[in-house]
Amino acid sequence: MLKRTAIYEEHVRAGGRIVEFGGWEMPVQYTGLLDEHLACRAAAGLFDVSHMGEVHAEGRDAEGFVNHLVANNVAKLSVEQALYTPMCNDEGGIVDDLLVYRRAPDRFLLVINASNTDKDFAWMQKILARERARFSDVRLTNESPSYSQIAVQGRNAAKILQPLVNADLSAIKYYWFKEGTVLGNVPAIISQTGYTGEYGFEVYLPWHKGADLWRALMDAGKPHGLKPCGLGARDTLRFEMRFPLYGHELLDNTNPLEAGIEWTVKLAKGDFVGRTPTASLKERGLARKLVGLKVTGRGIPRPGYPLYSPDGAMRLGEITSGTHSPSLNLPLGIGYVTLPHAADGARVLIEIRGTKIPAEIIPTPFYKRPY
Amino acid sequence: MMRFPADYKYSKDHEWAHAQGNTVTVGVTDHAQRALGDIVFVELPPVGRVLKQGETFGVVESIKAVSDLFSPVTGKVIEVNTGLPDDPAQINKSPHTGAWLIKMELADPSTLDGLMSAGDYSKYVESLG
Repeated sequence: MLKRTAIYEEHVRAGGRIVEFGGWEMPVQYTGLLDEHLACRAAAGLFDVSHMGEVHAEGRDAEGFVNHLVANNVAKLSVEQALYTPMCNDEGGIVDDLLVYRRAPDRFLLVINASNTDKDFAWMQKILARERARFSDVRLTNESPSYSQIAVQGRNAAKILQPLVNADLSAIKYYWFKEGTVLGNVPAIISQTGYTGEYGFEVYLPWHKGADLWRALMDAGKPHGLKPCGLGARDTLRFEMRFPLYGHELLDNTNPLEAGIEWTVKLAKGDFVGRTPTASLKERGLARKLVGLKVTGRGIPRPGYPLYSPDGAMRLGEITSGTHSPSLNLPLGIGYVTLPHAADGARVLIEIRGTKIPAEIIPTPFYKRPY
Repeated sequence: MMRFPADYKYSKDHEWAHAQGNTVTVGVTDHAQRALGDIVFVELPPVGRVLKQGETFGVVESIKAVSDLFSPVTGKVIEVNTGLPDDPAQINKSPHTGAWLIKMELADPSTLDGLMSAGDYSKYVESLG
């Protein structure tokens, strides 16, 4: 049985084309992917991300437990601060990537991918059971059904959201948040986060208030060029930033050091799940890494397309995400390439429907916001 | 409601075929371009290629999806819309007219006769939901 967010009816009313995604019925686009993508880059985009999962970790040992669970350093978080982190398995592969919000010294909110919610929660419970002796005072609850989550992304995000919230948005720094209210008296978490590469905010609020906030934002956004954006634009926006996506760049057999998110791996913080294999990979040296690719021939890279050396003799890896970039109007890809063939400027071939097409490794992000 | 030209024939792969004498012009339907979304790439066959009905003759790609093109009839490619690869978005704008893909010389008229009428195709699209 597919799930629907509290905002589902609004998507249908707005002409959203509904598709199945990670067990949810979600809009893939409304007016058109290109239109929505460019609106978010030029003005603002509105995203229903209520399908994301939310887990509470609370108690005296919550900090220690969450810090053991993820690769980034949760102990450094202040109250009202958030971070992005992978959660590794015992082999150093990735179970999921998530956001950790510190709501109080002993209260954390973990935001996980929709399609991984059940798997992640089971994993967290397993790790907690395994480490109970060290982390005796932790309550772990899957609160996903309690939350709606809406993202307002783009340079006009604050102008649109500010009239609807009690917190001063200009005082919320990147990856910080406030606990306040929206729509007068609805409790909400408002963070300066998002996965588009634009300035913007994400709002967490009680599930049943999701549609009210969505409608209010659609109205408030009209004079500011706001468009509702589906999963299609969400994917191309994150792609242009080379932000990794679980199931594409991040898998249970990819290590965060390879995936271009080595900055999230804090080997010096002490033990955490997946630390030993990750430290040993770092010592041995990586065998491959995630790179950005620009097609110099004709064709669009797509997930799974093989990558070869310029003479076509050696297989170097494969594309994990690829599309025609709406902002740059170019066919671009990201993929894993064997070292030492992964340097910027290096040439490779992408096999597209049986033909090897030339491409060049280029620096990422592909897109940089101009403000 | 989508409208499909009454004098065209349609395949279940969402290509249209417009016969004038022995020449058949081929394109993708309005339904197909809508389903694909913003089209950013098209690859067409060389003139002279002989195609069987149902055979792949090229590809169209939107930002999100890749879709093969299937020949609606059996015959030989005699002309290609060479402007299309430089402006694939034409397929979104005028799928039934300006953005034709190829012209074919019909080799087997029975392949044309077996295609759907505009009315039948319209019902077929409805049935897909």
